[in-house]
Parts: sequence; structure tokens; C-alpha cells
Amino acid sequence: MQKVYGSASEALEGTLFDGMLIAAGGFGLCGIPELLIAAIRDAGTKDLTVASNNAGVDGFGLGQLLETRQVKKMMSSYVGENAEFMRQYLSGELELEFNPQGTLAERMRAGGAGIPGFYTKTGVGTVIAEGKEVKQFNGEDYILEEGIVADLAIIKAWKADETGNLLFRKTARNFNAPAATCGKICIAEVEEIVPTGSLDPDKIHLPGIYVHRIVQGEHENRIENRTVRKREDA
Amino acid sequence: MPWDRNQMAARAADELEDGMYVNLGIGIPTLVANYVGDKDITLQSENGMLGMGPFPLEGDEDPDLINAGKQTITELKRTAYFDSAQSFAMIRGGKIAAAILGAMEVAENGDLANWMIPGKLVKGMGGAMDLVAGVGRVIVVMDHTNKHGESKVLKECTLPLTGKAVVDRIITNLGVLDVVEGGLKIVELAEGVTEEELRASTDATIV
Repeated sequence: MQKVYGSASEALEGTLFDGMLIAAGGFGLCGIPELLIAAIRDAGTKDLTVASNNAGVDGFGLGQLLETRQVKKMMSSYVGENAEFMRQYLSGELELEFNPQGTLAERMRAGGAGIPGFYTKTGVGTVIAEGKEVKQFNGEDYILEEGIVADLAIIKAWKADETGNLLFRKTARNFNAPAATCGKICIAEVEEIVPTGSLDPDKIHLPGIYVHRIVQGEHENRIENRTVRKREDA
Repeated sequence: MPWDRNQMAARAADELEDGMYVNLGIGIPTLVANYVGDKDITLQSENGMLGMGPFPLEGDEDPDLINAGKQTITELKRTAYFDSAQSFAMIRGGKIAAAILGAMEVAENGDLANWMIPGKLVKGMGGAMDLVAGVGRVIVVMDHTNKHGESKVLKECTLPLTGKAVVDRIITNLGVLDVVEGGLKIVELAEGVTEEELRASTDATIV
């Protein structure tokens, strides 16, 4: 079992094809697989459908794949931070499937857990419910949402051991865990690969069974909305 | 004098009780955290955190520690982190006692619209649809009228809905209204605002 690869491009070798569905972790720019996204841009894979809570910003994160027109469709809950995204969407070049944030997370979790669909109250009576099966439980309406199984999951974690057991850091965990589980193949980029046996088994956030390939790299970890208190106010 | 943003936030903070787990939306709801006083309130951030602390001091920002508005924040002693699926499991599962959210429109049956204006820039609903469907109590904080002076408290929403019959209480610059059988009930008027003034700014049925 050799999971560790030398670069993002090497880790992606043989996993990419035009028209594929990719699930990506991250929330805003926090915990995004920035190295794998850049490597997919360099690979030039086209007509991608990308399930990701957000779509990056211009020039960074998934914004890089939008600039090169490699994305055909986004499945997201919030896309407001990206001018190129809005331009392509409004001109009809880019498809967009809005998913409520919790529904998107659960669709990934369910897909990864072998659950093809689930009923939720989220979106009942809204445009999100259009065309979806409605079923009553205890007198209340719920809509059917389908699990997502992606051809590839790309995620970012803090630390990995050589078997792919992962630790995330603070709120950078977000969609990375559910996205990882829903990929037929999951590639994790991490800040540090540590020797197997050096992580506390009781504190693993995501077991290595979900992680097929690992790559270590330098991350920019860009802050999208820096908000601080002045020191003299404290 | 109608309430200003801070007075609306302070009034919304009165809704919170000791021990509650609460989710605050973006805008005026964020200010509510400044007015909880001595109450033991745990703030949830739906990107995966319970026990959200204040903004960091200059230089202490951590790119791995943000709130749902993507702002840098800090952790507290009680803080717990988790993934997005777990975060919305606790929201959908009714574990969060209350959400305080902004709105574009609220209807007398509790319908809420706060995510989309057709023909305008559509950014997405984020976690709002999950929150209003799942939390114990939905409290809306907003101005009573829009910038054209038109009521945002309506018989029926005109904009696409975030949730159907989900709002429990509305706090505006003019006062506090509850969603009840048959329409809205005035709970409180902002100091110096008359019932006639509130009614004149309200399109919804007041019972």
C-alpha cells in the first residue's frame, strides 16, 4: 500500500477524464485543496461538474478552473465571491445547481455511506423542492434528496500518516470529511505527512480507508475576509 | 424614535436564555453577540464550530479559523470543531435552540424570503434553508420597510422563499411581532413608535 505521492500532478495521474464529477472540500477559501485544483487546471481536464460549497475567488481555488472554462457545472450553496463565476453563469456558459448547504453536505455523506437518498425538511415549499418527491412523516412534508458519489474527491487536511489517517485543523475540516467519503477515489493534500504510528488512534478525524492518495505541499492558506480587533481596544 | 441597528440587536438578545445553543446570521444578527451580557450562550457557526469567540486581535488571525461569513474569529475554552455534515445534522436535528436571521420579506404565515431576488445577482442560500427548517425557533431581525419605504412585513412574500411558515418572531426597527393563527400579533412597540405608525408600515394582517 503506497499512498504517498511526490506532487499533486503525480497524485492525480490516471484519475482525470473529461465530463467527470469532482467533489471538493473547503468552505470559502478555508481548507480548500489548492494544490490539487491548480494541478487539475494544468492537466486541462474539461467539462467538469464540481460539487463544492463555494466556487473560490477570481484567480484562486476553484476560480482557477472557471477562468480556463474547465467547469461545465457547479453544485454549490453560495457562489457570491467570484466575478468570473457570475459572468459565466449570467451568460449561460456555466450551469449552476444550488444546494442548501446542509443538503449538500448530507448528499456527500450519504453517497459515501452507501445511502442513495434521504428525506429532509430543508427546502420544502421553495424552488429547491421543484421536481423532487415529497413524502409525509408524522404529518409533515419532507423532500427526497439524492446521495452524491463522485468520480474523484479532492480534499485538504492538516496532517496525514502514511496510511492516510487524517487530522484536520479547526474550521478547515468543513466539507473535507464528507467530500472525502463520497469519492470513488479520494486524494488528500496535507501540510505534513507524519510516520505511521505517530498519530493518536483515538484522535483520527478521518480514517485512512477513505483516502487513497496523499500529497504533501506548501499551502498559501489565503484569508478571504480578514476581520480583527485593534490591539489598543483590547 | 424607531430602534437603530444596535437597539434591534439588543432587543433580539433578550430572546436568548441561559444555556442556549444559537446560530446568528450575517448583518444585524451578528451584533446580537454584543448584548448577551452574563447569559451563558454558545454560538454555532455552521461551517463547523460550537463556541465561537470574538474577532482576533491584529496579527492573531488564523486562516483555518473562520465563521460562516468567512471572517476570521477565535475559539473559546468550550469550543468544539466538526465537519459540515455533523454541523447540519445538529441544525436539522433540532439541537440548535434558535437562529436569528436577517430577511428581505416575511409573510403573516411565517414564510421567509432572504436569499434571492429574481433577475438580480443570485449568490445562493448558503445554510439559511437548513437553519430555518431545523432550529427550534426562528427570529427575524430586519428593518420594517425597504429603502423605497415599502413594507417588508407582508400578507404573502413576493420573492422566492427560504422557508415556508418557519418564522416565529419578527423584530424590526418599529417593534416586535409574533406569527400567530390568522396573522401577526404586536408584542412590543419601539419606544416612541405608536401602534398606528407600526400598522401603517405593515402590509400583513395584524390580529
